[in-house]
Amino acid sequence: MTLNPDQLIKFSPLHRLQWEEAQQKDVILYPEGMVELNQSSAEILKLCDGSRKLDQIIADLEQKFATTGLTNDITAFLEVALKNGWIQQN
Amino acid sequence: MAGSNKINITPPRWLLAELTYACPLQCPYCANPVDYANYQTELDTEDWKRVLTQARKMGAVQLGFSGGEPLTRKDLPELVKHARDLGYYSNLITSGYGLTEAKIVELKEAGLDHIQVSIQASTQELNDHIAGTTSFQHKKEVAHLVKKHGYPMVLCVVIHRENIHQMADILAMAEELGADYLELANTQYYGWAHTNRDLLLPTQEQFEQAEQIAQAFKEKVEGKMKIYYVVPDFYEDRPKACMNGWGTTFLTIAPDGAALPCHSARDLPGMDCPNVKDYSIEHIWNESKAFNFFRGYDWMKEPCRSCDEKEKDFGGCRCQAYLLSGDMYAADPVCSKSPNHHVIQEAIDSAKASALAENEKPLIFRNSKNSKKLS
Repeated sequence: MTLNPDQLIKFSPLHRLQWEEAQQKDVILYPEGMVELNQSSAEILKLCDGSRKLDQIIADLEQKFATTGLTNDITAFLEVALKNGWIQQN
Repeated sequence: MAGSNKINITPPRWLLAELTYACPLQCPYCANPVDYANYQTELDTEDWKRVLTQARKMGAVQLGFSGGEPLTRKDLPELVKHARDLGYYSNLITSGYGLTEAKIVELKEAGLDHIQVSIQASTQELNDHIAGTTSFQHKKEVAHLVKKHGYPMVLCVVIHRENIHQMADILAMAEELGADYLELANTQYYGWAHTNRDLLLPTQEQFEQAEQIAQAFKEKVEGKMKIYYVVPDFYEDRPKACMNGWGTTFLTIAPDGAALPCHSARDLPGMDCPNVKDYSIEHIWNESKAFNFFRGYDWMKEPCRSCDEKEKDFGGCRCQAYLLSGDMYAADPVCSKSPNHHVIQEAIDSAKASALAENEKPLIFRNSKNSKKLS
Protein backbone atom coordinates (compact mmCIF):
# COMPACT_ATOMS: atom_id res chain seq x y z
CA MET A 1 0.00 0.00 0.00
CA THR A 2 1.61 3.26 -1.12
CA LEU A 3 0.43 6.83 -1.25
CA ASN A 4 -1.15 7.92 -4.53
CA PRO A 5 -0.29 11.59 -5.24
CA ASP A 6 -3.29 11.92 -7.55
CA GLN A 7 -5.90 10.99 -4.95
CA LEU A 8 -7.47 12.97 -2.13
CA ILE A 9 -6.39 12.05 1.41
CA LYS A 10 -8.80 11.82 4.31
CA PHE A 11 -8.51 10.87 7.94
CA SER A 12 -9.95 7.41 8.67
CA PRO A 13 -13.52 7.41 9.99
CA LEU A 14 -12.50 4.41 12.13
CA HIS A 15 -10.05 6.56 14.11
CA ARG A 16 -10.41 9.78 16.04
CA LEU A 17 -7.93 12.67 16.16
CA GLN A 18 -8.29 14.85 19.23
CA TRP A 19 -6.47 17.31 21.46
CA GLU A 20 -5.82 15.95 24.95
CA GLU A 21 -5.72 18.74 27.50
CA ALA A 22 -4.19 16.55 30.22
CA GLN A 23 -1.33 15.50 27.94
CA GLN A 24 -1.03 18.81 26.10
CA LYS A 25 -0.85 17.01 22.79
CA ASP A 26 -2.93 15.64 19.96
CA VAL A 27 -3.61 11.91 19.95
CA ILE A 28 -5.11 9.32 17.60
CA LEU A 29 -7.65 7.08 19.30
CA TYR A 30 -8.74 3.68 18.01
CA PRO A 31 -9.96 0.39 19.48
CA GLU A 32 -7.67 -0.60 22.36
CA GLY A 33 -5.09 2.03 21.60
CA MET A 34 -3.78 5.56 21.43
CA VAL A 35 -0.92 7.19 19.54
CA GLU A 36 0.55 10.41 20.90
CA LEU A 37 1.47 12.85 18.16
CA ASN A 38 4.14 15.52 18.00
CA GLN A 39 3.07 18.89 16.71
CA SER A 40 4.18 18.47 13.12
CA SER A 41 2.46 15.08 12.72
CA ALA A 42 -0.73 16.55 14.12
CA GLU A 43 -0.55 19.52 11.72
CA ILE A 44 -0.22 17.16 8.76
CA LEU A 45 -3.13 14.95 9.81
CA LYS A 46 -5.43 17.91 10.42
CA LEU A 47 -5.13 18.74 6.72
CA CYS A 48 -6.22 15.22 5.73
CA ASP A 49 -9.88 16.20 5.51
CA GLY A 50 -10.66 14.70 2.10
CA SER A 51 -10.30 18.00 0.23
CA ARG A 52 -6.54 17.90 -0.49
CA LYS A 53 -4.04 15.76 -2.37
CA LEU A 54 -0.43 15.26 -1.26
CA ASP A 55 1.00 18.30 -3.09
CA GLN A 56 -1.70 20.57 -1.66
CA ILE A 57 -0.98 19.39 1.88
CA ILE A 58 2.73 20.11 1.38
CA ALA A 59 2.04 23.53 -0.13
CA ASP A 60 -0.36 24.50 2.65
CA LEU A 61 2.07 23.50 5.39
CA GLU A 62 5.06 25.19 3.73
CA GLN A 63 2.98 28.34 3.50
CA LYS A 64 1.68 28.08 7.06
CA PHE A 65 5.17 27.68 8.52
CA ALA A 66 6.85 29.94 5.96
CA THR A 67 9.36 27.33 4.90
CA THR A 68 10.27 25.01 2.02
CA GLY A 69 11.66 21.52 1.56
CA LEU A 70 9.02 19.66 3.58
CA THR A 71 8.13 17.23 0.79
CA ASN A 72 10.22 14.28 1.97
CA ASP A 73 9.24 14.51 5.63
CA ILE A 74 5.52 14.91 4.94
CA THR A 75 5.46 12.14 2.35
CA ALA A 76 7.31 9.75 4.66
CA PHE A 77 4.93 10.46 7.53
CA LEU A 78 1.83 10.01 5.38
CA GLU A 79 3.16 6.67 4.11
CA VAL A 80 3.39 5.56 7.74
CA ALA A 81 -0.09 6.95 8.44
CA LEU A 82 -1.52 5.06 5.47
CA LYS A 83 0.13 1.81 6.53
CA ASN A 84 -1.33 2.23 10.03
CA GLY A 85 -4.79 2.91 8.67
CA TRP A 86 -4.94 6.48 10.07
CA ILE A 87 -5.64 7.94 6.63
CA GLN A 88 -7.42 6.69 3.53
CA GLN A 89 -7.55 7.45 -0.18
CA ASN A 90 -10.58 7.15 -2.54
CA MET B 1 4.63 -1.41 52.72
CA ALA B 2 4.84 -0.74 49.09
CA GLY B 3 4.00 2.83 48.29
CA SER B 4 6.24 5.74 48.99
CA ASN B 5 5.45 9.40 48.49
CA LYS B 6 8.55 9.90 46.39
CA ILE B 7 7.19 7.86 43.51
CA ASN B 8 6.21 9.86 40.48
CA ILE B 9 2.51 9.09 39.94
CA THR B 10 1.32 9.15 36.34
CA PRO B 11 -2.38 9.85 35.70
CA PRO B 12 -4.84 7.15 34.59
CA ARG B 13 -5.30 6.79 30.84
CA TRP B 14 -7.64 3.81 30.72
CA LEU B 15 -10.89 3.42 32.61
CA LEU B 16 -12.73 0.11 32.69
CA ALA B 17 -16.29 0.62 33.90
CA GLU B 18 -17.68 -2.74 34.96
CA LEU B 19 -21.29 -1.63 35.02
CA THR B 20 -22.78 -4.87 36.33
CA TYR B 21 -21.98 -8.48 37.17
CA ALA B 22 -25.31 -9.55 35.63
CA CYS B 23 -24.81 -11.60 32.47
CA PRO B 24 -26.98 -13.94 30.43
CA LEU B 25 -23.89 -15.95 29.46
CA GLN B 26 -22.07 -18.45 31.68
CA CYS B 27 -18.55 -18.61 30.21
CA PRO B 28 -16.39 -20.84 32.41
CA TYR B 29 -13.34 -18.53 31.98
CA CYS B 30 -15.10 -15.33 33.06
CA ALA B 31 -12.72 -12.76 34.58
CA ASN B 32 -15.29 -11.64 37.18
CA PRO B 33 -14.57 -12.76 40.73
CA VAL B 34 -15.76 -16.29 41.54
CA ASP B 35 -17.77 -14.85 44.46
CA TYR B 36 -19.43 -12.14 42.34
CA ALA B 37 -22.87 -13.19 43.60
CA ASN B 38 -21.92 -11.66 46.98
CA TYR B 39 -21.83 -8.19 45.42
CA GLN B 40 -25.44 -7.27 44.94
CA THR B 41 -25.34 -3.48 44.93
CA GLU B 42 -24.70 -1.48 41.77
CA LEU B 43 -23.72 2.16 41.37
CA ASP B 44 -26.55 4.34 40.09
CA THR B 45 -26.45 6.57 37.03
CA GLU B 46 -25.30 9.67 38.89
CA ASP B 47 -22.45 7.76 40.58
CA TRP B 48 -21.20 6.55 37.19
CA LYS B 49 -21.44 10.02 35.67
CA ARG B 50 -19.41 11.46 38.53
CA VAL B 51 -16.77 8.72 38.12
CA LEU B 52 -16.52 9.37 34.38
CA THR B 53 -16.20 13.11 34.91
CA GLN B 54 -13.54 12.84 37.61
CA ALA B 55 -11.41 10.27 35.76
CA ARG B 56 -11.59 12.26 32.53
CA LYS B 57 -10.42 15.36 34.34
CA MET B 58 -7.31 13.47 35.44
CA GLY B 59 -6.58 12.40 31.87
CA ALA B 60 -8.35 9.07 31.30
CA VAL B 61 -9.31 8.85 27.63
CA GLN B 62 -9.88 5.20 26.69
CA LEU B 63 -13.09 3.93 28.25
CA GLY B 64 -14.47 0.40 28.28
CA PHE B 65 -18.06 -0.29 29.26
CA SER B 66 -17.89 -3.84 30.47
CA GLY B 67 -19.46 -6.24 32.96
CA GLY B 68 -21.02 -8.81 33.17
CA GLU B 69 -23.09 -7.77 30.22
CA PRO B 70 -23.22 -3.94 30.11
CA LEU B 71 -26.35 -4.03 27.91
CA THR B 72 -28.36 -5.13 30.93
CA ARG B 73 -27.99 -1.56 32.28
CA LYS B 74 -30.92 0.55 31.07
CA ASP B 75 -28.91 3.76 31.48
CA LEU B 76 -26.17 2.65 29.07
CA PRO B 77 -27.09 5.17 26.30
CA GLU B 78 -27.15 7.96 28.88
CA LEU B 79 -23.70 6.99 30.17
CA VAL B 80 -22.37 6.70 26.60
CA LYS B 81 -23.63 10.21 25.85
CA HIS B 82 -22.03 11.59 29.00
CA ALA B 83 -18.74 9.89 28.06
CA ARG B 84 -18.84 11.35 24.55
CA ASP B 85 -19.53 14.83 25.87
CA LEU B 86 -16.45 14.50 28.08
CA GLY B 87 -14.27 13.41 25.13
CA TYR B 88 -13.73 9.75 25.96
CA TYR B 89 -13.09 7.19 23.25
CA SER B 90 -15.60 4.62 24.35
CA ASN B 91 -15.86 0.90 23.75
CA LEU B 92 -18.75 -1.40 24.48
CA ILE B 93 -17.43 -4.82 25.50
CA THR B 94 -20.40 -7.10 24.94
CA SER B 95 -21.53 -10.64 24.34
CA GLY B 96 -23.97 -9.18 21.83
CA TYR B 97 -26.78 -10.84 23.72
CA GLY B 98 -29.88 -8.64 23.55
CA LEU B 99 -28.24 -6.18 21.14
CA THR B 100 -30.75 -5.07 18.49
CA GLU B 101 -30.27 -2.87 15.43
CA ALA B 102 -32.30 -0.12 17.11
CA LYS B 103 -29.97 -0.22 20.12
CA ILE B 104 -26.87 -0.16 17.89
CA VAL B 105 -28.21 2.98 16.20
CA GLU B 106 -29.20 4.56 19.52
CA LEU B 107 -25.71 3.99 20.96
CA LYS B 108 -24.07 5.36 17.81
CA GLU B 109 -26.15 8.52 18.08
CA ALA B 110 -25.21 8.77 21.76
CA GLY B 111 -21.55 8.77 20.69
CA LEU B 112 -20.25 5.22 21.16
CA ASP B 113 -16.98 4.74 19.25
CA HIS B 114 -16.73 1.01 18.86
CA ILE B 115 -18.23 -2.31 19.81
CA GLN B 116 -16.30 -5.40 20.78
CA VAL B 117 -18.34 -8.55 20.30
CA SER B 118 -17.23 -11.82 21.82
CA ILE B 119 -17.70 -15.11 20.02
CA GLN B 120 -16.87 -18.29 21.86
CA ALA B 121 -16.06 -20.61 18.96
CA SER B 122 -16.41 -21.05 15.18
CA THR B 123 -19.33 -23.47 15.40
CA GLN B 124 -22.78 -23.02 16.85
CA GLU B 125 -22.58 -26.18 18.93
CA LEU B 126 -19.35 -25.27 20.71
CA ASN B 127 -20.17 -21.55 21.00
CA ASP B 128 -23.49 -22.26 22.67
CA HIS B 129 -21.95 -24.91 24.93
CA ILE B 130 -19.18 -22.59 26.18
CA ALA B 131 -21.51 -19.59 26.52
CA GLY B 132 -24.04 -21.74 28.32
CA THR B 133 -26.69 -19.97 26.21
CA THR B 134 -27.97 -20.22 22.64
CA SER B 135 -26.28 -17.22 21.10
CA PHE B 136 -24.12 -18.08 18.07
CA GLN B 137 -26.39 -16.97 15.22
CA HIS B 138 -27.37 -13.79 16.98
CA LYS B 139 -23.72 -12.88 17.64
CA LYS B 140 -22.96 -13.21 13.94
CA GLU B 141 -25.91 -10.99 13.09
CA VAL B 142 -24.73 -8.43 15.62
CA ALA B 143 -21.25 -8.44 14.06
CA HIS B 144 -22.80 -7.64 10.66
CA LEU B 145 -24.94 -4.85 12.14
CA VAL B 146 -21.95 -3.30 13.91
CA LYS B 147 -20.18 -3.06 10.54
CA LYS B 148 -23.29 -1.84 8.78
CA HIS B 149 -23.58 1.14 11.10
CA GLY B 150 -19.99 2.28 10.62
CA TYR B 151 -18.38 1.19 13.86
CA PRO B 152 -14.91 -0.35 13.83
CA MET B 153 -15.74 -4.00 14.50
CA VAL B 154 -13.66 -5.75 17.09
CA LEU B 155 -14.16 -9.47 17.43
CA CYS B 156 -12.91 -11.12 20.59
CA VAL B 157 -12.38 -14.85 20.91
CA VAL B 158 -11.06 -16.31 24.14
CA ILE B 159 -8.83 -19.27 23.33
CA HIS B 160 -8.60 -22.41 25.49
CA ARG B 161 -8.41 -26.20 25.16
CA GLU B 162 -12.03 -26.59 24.04
CA ASN B 163 -11.69 -24.32 20.99
CA ILE B 164 -7.97 -24.02 20.21
CA HIS B 165 -8.27 -26.73 17.53
CA GLN B 166 -10.67 -24.40 15.68
CA MET B 167 -8.06 -21.64 15.20
CA ALA B 168 -8.10 -21.80 11.38
CA ASP B 169 -11.92 -21.73 11.32
CA ILE B 170 -12.05 -18.89 13.87
CA LEU B 171 -9.76 -16.79 11.66
CA ALA B 172 -11.85 -17.58 8.56
CA MET B 173 -14.97 -16.56 10.48
CA ALA B 174 -13.39 -13.23 11.49
CA GLU B 175 -12.51 -12.56 7.86
CA GLU B 176 -15.99 -13.49 6.66
CA LEU B 177 -17.56 -11.18 9.26
CA GLY B 178 -15.28 -8.33 8.15
CA ALA B 179 -13.66 -7.74 11.54
CA ASP B 180 -11.40 -4.68 11.61
CA TYR B 181 -9.70 -5.99 14.74
CA LEU B 182 -9.48 -9.51 16.05
CA GLU B 183 -8.51 -10.15 19.63
CA LEU B 184 -7.22 -13.68 20.13
CA ALA B 185 -7.18 -13.81 23.88
CA ASN B 186 -5.42 -16.83 25.25
CA THR B 187 -7.19 -17.48 28.53
CA GLN B 188 -5.65 -15.77 31.54
CA TYR B 189 -6.09 -17.99 34.56
CA TYR B 190 -7.88 -15.78 37.07
CA GLY B 191 -11.40 -15.88 38.45
CA TRP B 192 -13.47 -18.63 36.88
CA ALA B 193 -10.66 -19.62 34.54
CA HIS B 194 -8.49 -20.40 37.56
CA THR B 195 -11.27 -22.63 38.92
CA ASN B 196 -11.53 -24.45 35.57
CA ARG B 197 -7.85 -24.43 34.67
CA ASP B 198 -7.43 -28.21 34.37
CA LEU B 199 -10.12 -28.21 31.71
CA LEU B 200 -9.07 -25.07 29.85
CA LEU B 201 -5.27 -25.01 29.66
CA PRO B 202 -4.07 -26.37 26.31
CA THR B 203 -0.84 -28.30 25.83
CA GLN B 204 2.31 -26.63 24.55
CA GLU B 205 1.92 -28.45 21.22
CA GLN B 206 -1.61 -27.12 20.82
CA PHE B 207 -0.40 -23.58 21.54
CA GLU B 208 2.47 -23.75 19.12
CA GLN B 209 0.29 -25.09 16.35
CA ALA B 210 -2.41 -22.47 16.91
CA GLU B 211 0.14 -19.66 17.13
CA GLN B 212 1.69 -20.71 13.84
CA ILE B 213 -1.70 -20.61 12.12
CA ALA B 214 -2.49 -17.21 13.64
CA GLN B 215 0.91 -15.80 12.65
CA ALA B 216 0.51 -16.84 9.01
CA PHE B 217 -2.98 -15.31 8.98
CA LYS B 218 -1.69 -12.08 10.50
CA GLU B 219 0.71 -11.64 7.59
CA LYS B 220 -2.02 -12.45 5.08
CA VAL B 221 -4.47 -9.82 6.38
CA GLU B 222 -1.92 -7.07 7.12
CA GLY B 223 -3.44 -3.69 6.34
CA LYS B 224 -7.00 -5.10 6.44
CA MET B 225 -7.37 -6.57 9.91
CA LYS B 226 -5.35 -5.92 13.04
CA ILE B 227 -4.73 -8.87 15.32
CA TYR B 228 -4.24 -8.50 19.06
CA TYR B 229 -2.72 -11.67 20.42
CA VAL B 230 -2.91 -12.04 24.20
CA VAL B 231 0.07 -14.25 24.99
CA PRO B 232 -0.37 -17.53 26.83
CA ASP B 233 1.90 -16.61 29.71
CA PHE B 234 2.11 -20.15 31.12
CA TYR B 235 4.25 -20.94 28.09
CA GLU B 236 6.46 -17.87 28.33
CA ASP B 237 9.83 -17.47 30.05
CA ARG B 238 9.17 -14.03 31.43
CA PRO B 239 6.03 -12.57 33.00
CA LYS B 240 3.81 -10.00 31.34
CA ALA B 241 4.18 -6.34 32.32
CA CYS B 242 0.82 -6.60 34.03
CA MET B 243 -1.41 -3.53 33.73
CA ASN B 244 1.64 -1.64 32.39
CA GLY B 245 2.67 -1.39 36.05
CA TRP B 246 0.40 -1.13 39.09
CA GLY B 247 -1.39 2.20 39.39
CA THR B 248 0.30 3.72 36.33
CA THR B 249 -2.31 3.52 33.57
CA PHE B 250 -5.38 1.41 34.34
CA LEU B 251 -8.32 2.07 36.61
CA THR B 252 -11.14 -0.43 36.97
CA ILE B 253 -14.37 0.40 38.75
CA ALA B 254 -16.37 -2.68 39.82
CA PRO B 255 -20.20 -2.71 39.73
CA ASP B 256 -20.46 -1.89 43.44
CA GLY B 257 -18.08 1.07 43.13
CA ALA B 258 -14.85 -0.55 44.33
CA ALA B 259 -11.88 1.04 42.57
CA LEU B 260 -9.36 -1.60 41.49
CA PRO B 261 -5.80 -1.26 40.16
CA CYS B 262 -6.58 -4.39 38.11
CA HIS B 263 -9.82 -6.33 37.78
CA SER B 264 -8.63 -9.15 40.08
CA ALA B 265 -7.20 -6.89 42.79
CA ARG B 266 -10.09 -7.35 45.18
CA ASP B 267 -9.02 -10.99 45.61
CA LEU B 268 -5.69 -9.92 47.15
CA PRO B 269 -5.60 -10.07 50.96
CA GLY B 270 -5.69 -6.76 52.81
CA MET B 271 -6.02 -4.71 49.65
CA ASP B 272 -8.99 -2.86 51.07
CA CYS B 273 -9.99 -1.35 47.74
CA PRO B 274 -11.54 2.11 48.14
CA ASN B 275 -15.08 2.82 46.92
CA VAL B 276 -16.05 5.71 44.66
CA LYS B 277 -19.03 6.36 46.92
CA ASP B 278 -16.58 7.38 49.67
CA TYR B 279 -13.71 9.04 47.80
CA SER B 280 -13.00 11.03 44.64
CA ILE B 281 -11.09 9.37 41.80
CA GLU B 282 -8.23 11.78 42.38
CA HIS B 283 -7.95 10.76 46.03
CA ILE B 284 -8.25 7.07 45.16
CA TRP B 285 -5.59 7.26 42.44
CA ASN B 286 -3.09 9.40 44.31
CA GLU B 287 -3.62 8.73 48.00
CA SER B 288 -5.26 5.34 48.60
CA LYS B 289 -3.33 2.46 50.10
CA ALA B 290 -4.55 0.07 47.38
CA PHE B 291 -3.29 2.13 44.43
CA ASN B 292 0.07 2.80 46.10
CA PHE B 293 0.55 -0.80 47.21
CA PHE B 294 2.74 -2.01 44.35
CA ARG B 295 3.84 1.29 42.88
CA GLY B 296 7.55 1.59 42.31
CA TYR B 297 10.02 -1.16 43.25
CA ASP B 298 10.42 -0.99 47.05
CA TRP B 299 7.88 -3.75 47.68
CA MET B 300 9.81 -6.31 45.67
CA LYS B 301 11.50 -9.42 47.02
CA GLU B 302 14.34 -11.32 45.41
CA PRO B 303 14.82 -12.31 42.63
CA CYS B 304 12.86 -9.24 41.40
CA ARG B 305 14.54 -6.64 43.62
CA SER B 306 17.97 -6.99 42.01
CA CYS B 307 16.71 -8.12 38.60
CA ASP B 308 17.81 -6.02 35.64
CA GLU B 309 14.44 -6.64 33.95
CA LYS B 310 12.26 -5.29 36.77
CA GLU B 311 11.59 -2.02 34.97
CA LYS B 312 10.37 -3.98 31.97
CA ASP B 313 7.91 -6.39 33.60
CA PHE B 314 7.46 -5.02 37.16
CA GLY B 315 7.84 -8.56 38.55
CA GLY B 316 4.79 -9.72 36.56
CA CYS B 317 1.27 -10.06 37.85
CA ARG B 318 0.56 -9.65 41.58
CA CYS B 319 -2.70 -11.60 41.39
CA GLN B 320 -1.01 -14.49 39.61
CA ALA B 321 1.82 -14.51 42.18
CA TYR B 322 -0.81 -14.73 44.93
CA LEU B 323 -2.97 -17.35 43.22
CA LEU B 324 -0.06 -19.63 42.39
CA SER B 325 2.36 -19.13 45.28
CA GLY B 326 0.19 -17.72 48.06
CA ASP B 327 2.51 -14.67 48.27
CA MET B 328 1.47 -11.51 46.48
CA TYR B 329 4.97 -10.00 46.92
CA ALA B 330 6.68 -12.92 45.18
CA ALA B 331 7.91 -12.91 41.59
CA ASP B 332 5.22 -14.01 39.15
CA PRO B 333 5.84 -17.81 38.96
CA VAL B 334 5.65 -17.57 35.16
CA CYS B 335 9.20 -16.15 35.34
CA SER B 336 11.86 -18.83 34.98
CA LYS B 337 13.90 -16.98 37.65
CA SER B 338 11.12 -17.49 40.21
CA PRO B 339 11.78 -20.09 42.92
CA ASN B 340 8.12 -21.08 42.43
CA HIS B 341 8.41 -21.58 38.68
CA HIS B 342 7.81 -25.34 39.09
CA VAL B 343 4.11 -24.66 39.86
CA ILE B 344 3.63 -23.67 36.21
CA GLN B 345 4.88 -27.03 34.97
CA GLU B 346 2.74 -28.74 37.61
CA ALA B 347 -0.32 -26.86 36.33
CA ILE B 348 0.49 -27.86 32.75
CA ASP B 349 0.98 -31.50 33.78
CA SER B 350 -2.22 -31.51 35.81
CA ALA B 351 -4.23 -30.12 32.88
CA LYS B 352 -2.74 -32.73 30.57
CA ALA B 353 -3.58 -35.53 32.98
CA SER B 354 -7.12 -34.19 33.19
CA ALA B 355 -7.43 -34.18 29.40
CA LEU B 356 -6.26 -37.77 29.21
CA ALA B 357 -8.43 -39.01 32.09
CA GLU B 358 -11.26 -41.34 31.17
CA ASN B 359 -13.91 -39.37 33.00
CA GLU B 360 -12.92 -35.73 32.75
CA LYS B 361 -14.80 -33.66 35.32
CA PRO B 362 -17.26 -31.14 33.85
CA LEU B 363 -16.63 -27.39 33.48
CA ILE B 364 -18.02 -25.22 36.25
CA PHE B 365 -20.09 -22.57 34.50
CA ARG B 366 -20.23 -18.99 35.70
CA ASN B 367 -23.63 -18.44 37.24
CA SER B 368 -25.03 -17.27 40.56
CA LYS B 369 -25.68 -20.78 41.84
CA ASN B 370 -22.08 -21.85 41.30
CA SER B 371 -20.81 -18.51 42.59
CA LYS B 372 -22.63 -18.97 45.88
CA LYS B 373 -21.42 -22.55 46.15
CA LEU B 374 -17.78 -21.53 45.59
CA SER B 375 -17.66 -18.43 47.80
